[in-house]
Parts: sequence; structure tokens; C-alpha cells
Amino acid sequence: MKLLTHNLLTSHVKGVLRGYPLIIQANEVKVSNVDFNQSFVARMIPKLEWSALIQAADSLGHLSDLPQELISDYESNEDFLRKVHHVMLEVEVIEGTLKCPESGREFPIIRGIPNMLLHEEET
Amino acid sequence: MAASVKRPEHRGPPELFYNEEEAKKYTQNSRMVEIQTQMSERAVELLCLPEGRPSYLLDVGCGSGLSGDYISEQGHYWVGIDISPAMLDVAVEQEVEGDLILGDMGQGVPFRPGTFDGCISISALQWLCNADKRIHSPPRRLYRFFSSLYSSLARGSRAVLQLYPENAEQLELITTQAMKAGFTGGMVIDYPNSTKAKKFFLCLFAGVSGVLPKALGAESSEAEESHQAMFINERMRFRNVRGKSVKKSRDWILEKKKRRRRQGKEVRPDTRYTGRKRRPHF
Repeated sequence: MKLLTHNLLTSHVKGVLRGYPLIIQANEVKVSNVDFNQSFVARMIPKLEWSALIQAADSLGHLSDLPQELISDYESNEDFLRKVHHVMLEVEVIEGTLKCPESGREFPIIRGIPNMLLHEEET
Repeated sequence: MAASVKRPEHRGPPELFYNEEEAKKYTQNSRMVEIQTQMSERAVELLCLPEGRPSYLLDVGCGSGLSGDYISEQGHYWVGIDISPAMLDVAVEQEVEGDLILGDMGQGVPFRPGTFDGCISISALQWLCNADKRIHSPPRRLYRFFSSLYSSLARGSRAVLQLYPENAEQLELITTQAMKAGFTGGMVIDYPNSTKAKKFFLCLFAGVSGVLPKALGAESSEAEESHQAMFINERMRFRNVRGKSVKKSRDWILEKKKRRRRQGKEVRPDTRYTGRKRRPHF
């Protein structure tokens, strides 16, 4: 699971109002190589919840010195976009769990695939 | 029973039907791969994504990632959700570019509002119309899927869902639930005159209402809608009393070619040589 996906995932357990951001507990992290696409990264940044990305990257130890606050002129700053690209698309959680911050429900990640299936009483 | 064997939904829940053996077919059977890729191509075409801009798409029922491969080829990014672990394992082995999530679309798609620039789904939606567990209610599951999909799409984006509806009631149920969730749009039926090439695409718009795209191979049905008699500056050839042309005549051949073209089959173009008599041999 890439951190971009993590940034957009929420918990959908019944009764949870704000199941975001999911807390990552990683046992295995892989860094792969993905082609850099400047316009895509620049387009996705407004959609990201910046603080959640920083928090997730920090917990995995792959912060790559991203600032706590989003800089304003990121669209033209290629160096910055490359860093975001690395954190967003190249860092992957292979084994671990995602924890809903509200209900505490854990979603296991196996072979890089988070299991978001709910039990019947949770729907 | 004979009818139900044809439809995989009747055999059991999707997470059990798409086992290792079934999943293998999606990589080894070239015909299956070709059909899936063709449908993904058409679905992405119907999405009308802005050109030259990489989009972020959701693939519902992504399976082994065949449709995702096509999306990646087009330079877009995607996330896939599927209920079958066996199919997702195949996708991991194929090293697809998109991210994968194990989830049940009837439980809603777990994403933040406004995440995706579009959504495609190939041959998955009909599974929602079956109740595999005692507590499953198809209308409720459909509504939950559509309402969560609606919120996860960015305003002005589209969802194109290819499906194999079992009957008219099923189609109506699906469209009603989609409209209830706030979508506009409707069905696009490609090659409506053919039994095999006929494909149903549910095109849904989130936010902005667009013009429903035209179906392939459906030109003839619109031509029939004009109520005026057409003037043809051409001599009518001899026809049978029942309105059919004489077999093996040029008219008969032309009609047959026209019919097959409507069905989306490959047909040689009509030329002056079409149906021409051969000169007599001595």
C-alpha cells in the first residue's frame, strides 16, 4: 500500500464519524522505483491531507525532510515535488496493520493489500 | 437450473467463485484477456477524461488488474478494490502499477470525499444483485455502494460501470439505486442488435450533468425514429412478397452485410463487385 492510498483511505465501520487518518503499524516497508510525473504529483497535492502524510511518513521513518507545513509555491519547485513523489508513491507498506482512530478496529495489511472487509455487524 | 449454470453469480459468492483456478484463467486465457481489455478500453473512452492530464481512477472489481494495466498504459494512476483474495494475488504476481485493496463494494468504498477523477468497473456490478448471505439485501448494498462512490468522486467526474444484467428488473433496480444516491446519467448499450457483442455500460455523472455518449453500432435504431417517408432516387429491385429479398441476390447480400455490421462484426466494404454475377464459363 502506497502512502498516497493511505492518505485517501478512511475507516467505514458503522457509526464511525471520523475514521481518519488510519494509524499505520508497519512490520515491513518496501521502497520501490516509480517514474516521476510532475504534473500528477502537483495535481494530487491539493487533495492530500498534508498533516496525515507527514505523520504517516514520519512513523515509517521515510520523512525525507518534508516540511510540517505545505509550502505555497510547490507547483514550480521540482525538488520538493520529487520528495513528495518519493513519499507518496515509492514508499510502500507490505505487512502491518491499519488502525481506525475512533473505533480501534484493525485492518491487516498482507502482501501490500489492506483488508478492508467488514464483519456483518459493522455494516 | 440450466440457465443458472451460465451465470457465475448463481453459483456462489464472488470471494469463493474467483478462486485460484478461476483467477488463473484471467492470465492464461487469451480470449478472456482480450475481451476484458476491450471493455476497459471502451469504459475509459466513455469516461471522457481530459487529454494530456494524468488522472487518479478507482477500479471497482479490479480482479487481476487487466483493466488497470490499460489505465496505466494510458498514463493514469489507479486504485483497485476487489473481494477475491485469489484474484488480488494474481494482480500482485503480475506486478500491476496500481494499489490494491481487499474490500466488498456492497459495504461501500472506504475513501475520502472527492478523491477520484473517475471510476471504472468491468463485469462486477451484477454480483451486488445477489444475496449471498442471509442478511444481505441487494437494494441496500447497491445504495451503499453508489452513495459512497458518489461522495468519493470529484465533482464533474464520471463512473462507467460495465455489467451483465440478468433481466430488465435488475437493470431497473441498479439504475434506481444509482439515481437515489445522486447520480445522473444512464445506460449506454453497445451493439444492441447483437447477442454476443452487446455490452451494457452504466454511465454515471457526479455533480455536472453531461450528455450521454452514443452507443457503438446503434445508428440504425436512431434512423428508424424519423417518421417521415424517405425519398430514394433509386430503382427498387424485385423483392419477395414478405418483404425479404430473393436469396443470393445482391440485395440479399447487402442486407445480410448490413445486419452483421450492426452486430459489430467485421464485414468487407460494399463495392460494385459485391454480389456481382460471374460471367458464364463454357
